[in-house]
Amino acid sequence: MAWQWFHRLGSPRWFYEKTTPWLPWLATLSIALIVTAAVWGLAFAPADFKQGNSYRIIYIHVPAAFLALAGYYIMAISGAVGLIWKMKLPFMVMKSAAPIGALLTFVSLVTGSIWGKPTWGTWWEWDARITSMLILFFLYLGMIALQQAFQHRDTADKASAVLALVGMVNIPIIYKSVDWWNTLHQPATIKFTSKSSIDPSMLYPLLTMVIGFYVFYALVLLLNTRVEILRRENRTQWVNDLISTTNKRA
Amino acid sequence: MRDNSPAASLLGGFIASFRRDLLIAARHKAELTNPLVFFLIAVTLIPLGVSPEKTVLALLAPGIVWVMALLATLLSLDGLFRSDYDDGSLEQMLISPQSLYFTVMAKVLVHWLVSGLPVTLLAPVLGLMLSLPIEGYLPLLASLALGTASMSLIGAVGAALTVSLRKGGLLLSLIVMPLYIPVLIFGASAVQTAVQGGAIGMQLAVLGAFLALAIVLAPIAALGALRISTNG
Amino acid sequence: MTESVTEAAIPLLELRNLGCERDERLLFSGLDVQLFPGDVVQIGGPNGAGKTTLLRALAGISTDFHGQIRYAGQALPEAAWEFAGDSLYLGHLPGIKKALTPAENLEWYKAQSGAAISIGDALAAVGLYGYEDTPCYQLSAGQLRRVALARLHLSCARIWILDEPFTAIDKLGVSQLEALIAQQSAKGGVVILTSHQDLSLPQLRMVNLQDYQSARDKTKIGLGSLSDGDAYHA
Repeated sequence: MAWQWFHRLGSPRWFYEKTTPWLPWLATLSIALIVTAAVWGLAFAPADFKQGNSYRIIYIHVPAAFLALAGYYIMAISGAVGLIWKMKLPFMVMKSAAPIGALLTFVSLVTGSIWGKPTWGTWWEWDARITSMLILFFLYLGMIALQQAFQHRDTADKASAVLALVGMVNIPIIYKSVDWWNTLHQPATIKFTSKSSIDPSMLYPLLTMVIGFYVFYALVLLLNTRVEILRRENRTQWVNDLISTTNKRA
Repeated sequence: MRDNSPAASLLGGFIASFRRDLLIAARHKAELTNPLVFFLIAVTLIPLGVSPEKTVLALLAPGIVWVMALLATLLSLDGLFRSDYDDGSLEQMLISPQSLYFTVMAKVLVHWLVSGLPVTLLAPVLGLMLSLPIEGYLPLLASLALGTASMSLIGAVGAALTVSLRKGGLLLSLIVMPLYIPVLIFGASAVQTAVQGGAIGMQLAVLGAFLALAIVLAPIAALGALRISTNG
Repeated sequence: MTESVTEAAIPLLELRNLGCERDERLLFSGLDVQLFPGDVVQIGGPNGAGKTTLLRALAGISTDFHGQIRYAGQALPEAAWEFAGDSLYLGHLPGIKKALTPAENLEWYKAQSGAAISIGDALAAVGLYGYEDTPCYQLSAGQLRRVALARLHLSCARIWILDEPFTAIDKLGVSQLEALIAQQSAKGGVVILTSHQDLSLPQLRMVNLQDYQSARDKTKIGLGSLSDGDAYHA
């Protein structure tokens, strides 16, 4: 039974139809969580005694950075599943995850830079985390570029899956190396507030926001994947039926 | 009929591929010197663009030599599987009864011998031009020897992924460069630390670990990528 | 004698319900071919019918197929190594390095999969006696092709997979190659080839890929999607 379920997961149609009812739930939940966390974090959480109100950008920066990294793993694992079990759906998920991840990385870079201005007095600081984020952004760009370079979709899928896996193996090494490099060059710079020292009154809205971002990520990934499914299956009967029923309703 | 003993044939296939690639490289001598000339010109640009001041150059030298060596290796990567793809040898490698892992290893080894190793050997000369302090030369040689080997291996994955693309060169650099960052960090730091009088055992050990990891994993990823590239 | 009988009962190469797909288009499907020792099969069909795709799948280069390829009674992925040692594929691209001499080129192939005769003899057999040490970039297209064909003499593989082997060679070369194929068949090997040339071999069998184009293909529905649909209903 378990295997049957697993192989059905490889069917884009099954996935498409199964996930349709999830969408409103995910949308509601993510909006509720993000709005709650935003109001809580921006209006009710206390100001930081050193950074004042400027620290509040972590409510976007930290969740975006979390998801950017998690997104790479989601992408790489989807690619691996596609390669190993020769399924089409995981490749579609992988392809859909790349631009979302790149965007989240970009958001975390921009918010990090904005945060850096009042904190360090510069728009750009070669801080370990920011630098790692920048490299992660390059990895995403490479993925997207490779995906678009191939004419043959199958080759594009498999080749970018290999690249994602190579990237996945490398990410911990890159992060550790950059960390080490950072301590070597600037041992005395101000670090981001480490998580253990953050006050609970600031932490809870942050955690809520992180969960909200995760749900939102799931929603966007799902929507993107569904579009990819329709695009790739546009010559099949079920997609044609879907289009005609939607047209009738409209 | 055939000598089917696996050990003999494994080694035989490796040696044959190694010899063949070395022969081809020897017949294309002009192409061999290109990365070296690039390395030389690129390093020459730095004093012209930044400052010929000896103290400034000495400060920058370890990083500059390392970055330029990285770029020189990168430039030579595009040809790694390209000609094999174009003339059909690659297909024949994929379906040969020899282990593709060793064929890829042989090709990468030759690539390193004709690009990474010469770059490493030329590096002290460039260090001299950039007034690298005397303590830096041996660490420069050691770190580049280890680092360029890792870079040839990691780069092979990128070359295999882009071999079927007509204009894969720039894309290859794009996908491989971020993966080179750890090697660059520890390589350049080894030279820098040595110049400042520190011990560099740790950096060289890490570079060695990177190389060991690359030897095990990179050919596997590269051969998978080669199969994918020839499939389409 | 009994051994040869049992051997003859198992086809050396067998395609079972084979289908190939390219760019979401089903080229052919349901292809069943059995090749017993001595068989020569010519794959026919118009351009774009999937001849090269089929041969690449057979050789093990492409995995874009469904169905089964069996070698001496074993399914291919399991017997891939034995098959690789017992098969020889010549594609559109000669697989010859122009920077090397014919002898050096064949040296590599010899190391890869062994040799039945010496390299000098193999080159002489394709009319390249005296060219052993001439760099391949000095050879004509036809001579380059002959270097690749010398592999047929060199190799002891029983299965030959030849994609348009007659291109770029002259009349004499064509008849020599035909004789070579006949000889391979007489030795108990199998040859599967594509060609626009009409061959005069008595044991030749034609398989036309047009006969295996499915009705589904005419409506241009990707097979992968269809099988997904099937799995869904199952």
